[in-house]
Amino acid sequence: MLSKRIIPCLDVRDGRTTKGIKFKNNVDIGDPVAMARHYYEAGADELVFYDITASSDRRDIMIEVVRQVAAAILIPFSVGGGIRNLQDMRAVLLAGAEKVSVNTAAMLEPNLIAAGARDFGSQCIVLGMDVKKVASSEAIPSGYEMVIHGGRTPMGIDALWWAQEAERLGAGEICLNSIDADGTQAGYELTLTRMISAAVSIPVIASGGAGTPEHLAEVLTTGRADAALIASMVHYGTYSIQEIKDYLQQRGIPVRLLW
Amino acid sequence: MVVIIDYQAGNLTSVVRSLKVLGVAGEVTQDPAVVARAQRVIFPGVGAAGKAMAILQELQLDQALQEAFARGAPILGICLGAQVVLEYSDENENTRCLGVLPGRTRALPRQPGLKIPHMGWNQVRFLREHPIFKGLPEGAEYYFVHSYYPSPAQEDMVLGVTEHGATFSSVIGWRNLVATQFHPEKSGRFGLQLLENFLAWDGSYAE
Repeated sequence: MLSKRIIPCLDVRDGRTTKGIKFKNNVDIGDPVAMARHYYEAGADELVFYDITASSDRRDIMIEVVRQVAAAILIPFSVGGGIRNLQDMRAVLLAGAEKVSVNTAAMLEPNLIAAGARDFGSQCIVLGMDVKKVASSEAIPSGYEMVIHGGRTPMGIDALWWAQEAERLGAGEICLNSIDADGTQAGYELTLTRMISAAVSIPVIASGGAGTPEHLAEVLTTGRADAALIASMVHYGTYSIQEIKDYLQQRGIPVRLLW
Repeated sequence: MVVIIDYQAGNLTSVVRSLKVLGVAGEVTQDPAVVARAQRVIFPGVGAAGKAMAILQELQLDQALQEAFARGAPILGICLGAQVVLEYSDENENTRCLGVLPGRTRALPRQPGLKIPHMGWNQVRFLREHPIFKGLPEGAEYYFVHSYYPSPAQEDMVLGVTEHGATFSSVIGWRNLVATQFHPEKSGRFGLQLLENFLAWDGSYAE
């Protein structure tokens, strides 16, 4: 039976991880390569890196990080943030990432998904979605709207429609982030996750709101997610991946327990 | 010399990297002459069968692989490489494939609520003993990304199976060829163990 994936997410700016991390062992908390290695050994099923480097002339730093991470771990990882075109995708994939995540650029130019899937295969192309709950309207019938700039800028695109459209264009997976739940540690947006996951046949990674192992159990059952993104709850040492997986297993959720 | 066949079907860096971890410098090649001299061949790949076969034929790697099999060089197929070694694939409308092993590649059966592609970690139940399974514990999981699976004509060519909705063959093999639908190069230390076992294998296995 296919295991539900537990995926730590690391934000990287100018080649350094940004969240303050309290590991019990001697991991350099700003070093994305050391953190990747730590999570690989701790039982992460996959890793996600988001490049939040603001200045475009420092992008090459991220490629070097990807190269070093690829040499340090033997599990898949994806890279998102600032992927604008096929060249950006190619650079990240050739440096050793298994997948690239596109978000804003794909909304502005949906053909980027199709072109990426054609050149590199659907399995490489993750659609990142930042979604906000709104009143249902003619333009946004599902009541969930695509947003950018951390939720400040609504795009006028219905999230449900966009998820299905991206699947049609060739996206191999969706990473679904609820702007409303993000950072709250109060639980994932279950209604949104369930709606999107039921509407597409490609896997959906739930993102935003994880605070406890119970939250993961909810989104992986009620929310029908195939994988759960986690950040603060492991970055600050509140839970280990082992603890989370042990809990999920006790709840009857299939997880990878040998690594 | 371990040769990794490059037929423009996806990224080979992770295969090369895994070999490097094991202290082996794999040679990535598109040249049939290099394949002809290979002591050992890794045949990876992701993507669609139709395009893959077209490129293999164009580069004359199809013959090179068939010859490598015929002369007994140990061959490891991975993912798409485990599919196109069969005679036909249902992908891209009955694509004619290499025919190293009898059988065909089929689509994973769709059913409501079942995610396709089958993406993520899953267990493999080993049906037969094989040198490449040495030291792999029961319950270990391997990383999969695929919508099709290899279905050899002979039951004794199925070495391992996996559940995703239905049961499908995830490891196949015959003589000096063994092939995994999953990606050992992305499957942590158990995947690495399998690769190490392959590098130590002399290619002999039941007829």
